Amino acid sequence: MAKRVAIVGTGQTFHKSHRPDVNGQELINEAVQAALKDADIKISDIDAIIIGNMDHFEGINYVDCWSIDGSGGFMKPVIKITTGGTTGCSVAIGGYHLVASGLFDRVLIIGWEKNSESDTTGAITTAFDPIWDRLVFAGAISGLAAEAQAYMARYGATEKDGARVSVRDRKHALNNPHAQLRKEITIDEVLASPMLADPIHLLDVCPRTDGAAAVIMASEDSAEKITSSPDWIWATSNRHSYSYLGDADYGRLTSMREASQDLFKKGGIKEPRKEIDVIELYQPYSFGGIIWIEDMGIIGPGEGPRYIGEGNTDMGGELPINPSGGVISCNPIGATGLIRCCEAAMQVMGKADQHQVPDVNFAVSTGFGGCWWTDMILHGKKKPGK
Amino acid sequence: MSDKDYIIIESGKAEQPFHYAVGMHGSKFFRELKDNRRFIGLKCPKCGKVFIPPRGVCGECFVEMNEWVEVGPNGVIGSFTILRYAFIDPETGQQKPIPYGYGFIKLDGADTLFQHYINIEDESKVKIGARVEAVFSKERKGSIRDIEYFRVVD
Ligand SMILES: [Zn+2]
Repeated sequence: MAKRVAIVGTGQTFHKSHRPDVNGQELINEAVQAALKDADIKISDIDAIIIGNMDHFEGINYVDCWSIDGSGGFMKPVIKITTGGTTGCSVAIGGYHLVASGLFDRVLIIGWEKNSESDTTGAITTAFDPIWDRLVFAGAISGLAAEAQAYMARYGATEKDGARVSVRDRKHALNNPHAQLRKEITIDEVLASPMLADPIHLLDVCPRTDGAAAVIMASEDSAEKITSSPDWIWATSNRHSYSYLGDADYGRLTSMREASQDLFKKGGIKEPRKEIDVIELYQPYSFGGIIWIEDMGIIGPGEGPRYIGEGNTDMGGELPINPSGGVISCNPIGATGLIRCCEAAMQVMGKADQHQVPDVNFAVSTGFGGCWWTDMILHGKKKPGK
Repeated sequence: MSDKDYIIIESGKAEQPFHYAVGMHGSKFFRELKDNRRFIGLKCPKCGKVFIPPRGVCGECFVEMNEWVEVGPNGVIGSFTILRYAFIDPETGQQKPIPYGYGFIKLDGADTLFQHYINIEDESKVKIGARVEAVFSKERKGSIRDIEYFRVVD
């Protein structure tokens, strides 16, 4: 039987567009030190390390090896997990598996990226098939634009509906000192910002960020000795759905639909809209905030614009989404999924300070990448039953 | 110290050409395109879906596919965008000419979408569901570039 697993500490850098003052391992170290401090344990208490990023952004492979001084991996088992945009969530799921197996009691999980070191679109392109996918490909934005376009055609949504999501996340970021973009914007400003790829404006998408995040997971044998308020992992799920970009069902995120159903079934969640108190969604562009919560089963197909427009996902609303300001305010890609996990854990542990949602029993964090892959984690305040 | 005081080292003009195998199914597809201006896809014996690009296995059914069927050359726009922001094309190292139409084309008889350029001379005609036809390149060499673009037909 698997061991129960909890997050007992989290750490993040103060994410910025450019960190020329540190190299990769020094950036990683900032997040690791912050997580150790948060859990109040030492690197010698850590049994194994999982680290990940998207190698092609820095053009340097094998971070599991060269980051040892910064990660704390000296003479410890270290493995790398990298799955594109979902990397940060995949390292967390990998850490969960290691601890749940009973083979490792305390595992340090790291996600990081220095997006400033290369051309983002050029780097992302290398993740796609050279024969079939690259001719017209334009980085992350082209596929997302096609998704939004298809959703709008299917459900009659407008550019204004997307803009509303950006406005929400940028407003939430004001309360998060770790976010990169901390300036409020309006719907009119989003719509007036340059059109990148119809219907996606500049202010509909995430920035490029340098940053790192770290999470410490412990088994039920030691979690409650480390902290009186552990964030218990109730379930994880991930789904991959396609080989080529043209295989996807544009307008719906089928991997999110499948992963959510699996996650909520494992976690015993019957009515996610009522039972989940906060979501940290890996949402690199505004329309993802609409489409993907429909696929998650929070609301029905086509209901997103109204639900969000009425303020239900704002702080103080029925189900706050991205209290941290989300990916639209900050996107160090290999760290981004793990930041979602950190933030969900902070919400459950009651450590989110200015952006704390009151009384969080269940939180969901997600990863998106690939494109059209989904990773998910269900976090809870109570210890899960056996 | 301010950001300007930290040293940044450029990687230089690194070049690393690759030699990608297209495989037996892709090679057959490109030969048909080059020699006969025909699109061919592979049909799954279990679910009946027709795949473009052709591949050996239907991932969902996990069975081998070997029934070739002709699809296109006409179809409809499944989804699209118009790229308007400047970026460096990693294939060429040059700035990609913008704006350009980026189409996911549902070729007649296929169940997946085929990515290619869409002519945007008249942007108002570029819509999901619009009928399109393939415009082939004059000189064809057996690659995705043997199609110049798709254009909306009235
Ligand atoms: Zn099949």
